Amino acid sequence: MPPREGIYGLLAEFGTPGELVEATKEARRVGYRRMECYTPYPVEEAADALHFHKTRVPLVCLIGGVMGVTTAFLMETWINVWAYPLNIAGRPLFSWPAFIIPAYEWTILFSGLSAAFGMLALNGLPQLYHPLFNAPNFRSGATTDRFFLCLEAMDPKFSPVETRAFLEQFSAISVVEVDH
Amino acid sequence: MATKGPIEPIVDPMIDPRTGEYAVIAPGHNFKSVTQKIAGIVLTSNTPLGWFFGLIVAIGVAQGVVIGCTWLFLKGVGIWGVTIPGAWGFAIINFVWWIGIGHAGTLISAILLLFKQTWRNSINRFAEAMTIFAVVCAGTFPLIHVGRPWLAYWLFPYPNTMNVWPQFRSPLAWDVFAVSTYATISIVFWYVGMIPDFGTLRDRATMPAAKYFYGMLSMGWRGSTRHWIRYESASLLLAGLSTPLVLSVHTVISFDFAVAAMAGWHTTIFPPYFVAGAVYSGFAMVLTLAIPLRKFYHLEDLVTLRHLDNMSKVMLATGSIVAYGYAMEVFMSWYSASHWEFFMMWNRMFGPMGWAYWVLILTNIAIPQATLWSRKLRVNVAWLFVLSLIINTGMWFERFVIVVTSLYRDYLPSSWGTYRATKWDYMIYVGTMGLFTFLFFLFVRFLPMIPMSEIRTMLPGTKIRPGGETAEVISQETV
Repeated sequence: MPPREGIYGLLAEFGTPGELVEATKEARRVGYRRMECYTPYPVEEAADALHFHKTRVPLVCLIGGVMGVTTAFLMETWINVWAYPLNIAGRPLFSWPAFIIPAYEWTILFSGLSAAFGMLALNGLPQLYHPLFNAPNFRSGATTDRFFLCLEAMDPKFSPVETRAFLEQFSAISVVEVDH
Repeated sequence: MATKGPIEPIVDPMIDPRTGEYAVIAPGHNFKSVTQKIAGIVLTSNTPLGWFFGLIVAIGVAQGVVIGCTWLFLKGVGIWGVTIPGAWGFAIINFVWWIGIGHAGTLISAILLLFKQTWRNSINRFAEAMTIFAVVCAGTFPLIHVGRPWLAYWLFPYPNTMNVWPQFRSPLAWDVFAVSTYATISIVFWYVGMIPDFGTLRDRATMPAAKYFYGMLSMGWRGSTRHWIRYESASLLLAGLSTPLVLSVHTVISFDFAVAAMAGWHTTIFPPYFVAGAVYSGFAMVLTLAIPLRKFYHLEDLVTLRHLDNMSKVMLATGSIVAYGYAMEVFMSWYSASHWEFFMMWNRMFGPMGWAYWVLILTNIAIPQATLWSRKLRVNVAWLFVLSLIINTGMWFERFVIVVTSLYRDYLPSSWGTYRATKWDYMIYVGTMGLFTFLFFLFVRFLPMIPMSEIRTMLPGTKIRPGGETAEVISQETV
């Protein structure tokens, strides 16, 4: 994909999570939709302000778990009943209570891996490049002690002048333009 | 005379005046100061000399594994003390001991997360690291115990030209699944937990190599709110999955014993009492590691007396469960009216290896029970350190007693023997301690040992009032 030209968005920096959430709510109210908050720790109120509640991570995890239990149980049954039947002290070949234990472990293994890798995939990670890292103040704050709101240029309501004016009405430490 | 309650003015700044408890994090910290403190340990270019010294000592001790295993692979398991009837010796004892130690890490990271015990945030990262390194040491033993370790992959079900498959009615096959799942999920949980911190380290690093290293590990993490929500969801799911996992792993390990028709092993109390014992020894190991670490890296503000006190309480609780387990074993050996069970218990207590049983009772029950009920001793750092070593010794003896005293005098007196460990047994065992310490030294130097993003959530200034303003000071205790 060729690198995109122009501006990615406007990035406002705040000193406290409260100010960030207030600005996000207001941006949402006046009609911005393509926006994202960046915080050094999870701020649930910011997610509320963005109206982002549902994640598909639990579903991915559930699918993984169902796959794990099915795979393990069917594999054990096939191996011990058909592929390699062994008479162990006359016990039945289809010893399902014993099969439960590895199946239980693989349920956890598959669902755990699905939750972790599913989360990364849904987040689009790993990602080696992101325009926000071009902002001069983003890296010094977003993972330490600053709270950022980015209104993206893809938003139909976005305009470099008006959006900047909108962001500057809050007590932002700075509002900077982020290039692609 | 010391009095309790709010009447007496509290002078210690670490004590929360509202609750009278030690604070989880010392007052006066903010986002920046905790970040600097924790990231500074990793990103500094002045590695403390003590670290190099410790690393070299650990590498030296770890040579026990290298030398011992080399000789073992050349000569075979005959160099060990295992023989008939004592076919299980140090390898199994050490395997169970190490994996039990690992369990506290999962308990701290998963179960305490589900119970919303936020005090765990300071200790969960290195407790998880301890889990992984303990599983590495534990996994070594069954691997080298199989006799032909280069064929150990036969344990896994995979299509092969021999048309041979594992036998899933055997607890040893269950073990393979339990331990490999445990290792995998622990590593994944640990890594996922570190991703935001890798982002912080990437952004704070000045050296190009560090920037690149942590940049790759952070996977491009930028703290986006949508990412955080999915991240939190995944963390909670992993915690929810690790909880039954950790309980199942030691249960399956106890099945290795309990499924066998052997006096002293064939009991239903084994799974719960193994799990409690695992947590007991694991918390002791967390204390063994945390006490020197907080001192050496001056982390007393983040790993406070409150943590030590809470961990001691967990040890007290699990230690009591273990004591109950011992009592039940003795009771059942009489109540079962089984001649064999009764003899096994008599032999365990008063036979030629009876001393091991009484060491176990002294170190696992008598000393901890006599001291941990006192709050004064629970926050006495020096004593806790000594006690943690005592408990770890005791838990090793527990496994020794279970494995050896049940085996060496079985049903048929003509087949009775004894068990004597050789120098190779000791060498490999001590070597794994060096290996564990070596890995831990690398961890504290190169990875963030306290989760910064989780500590931030406990600081004043994170809570948002409904009006949108940030509260000035809200104690960490506020739920």
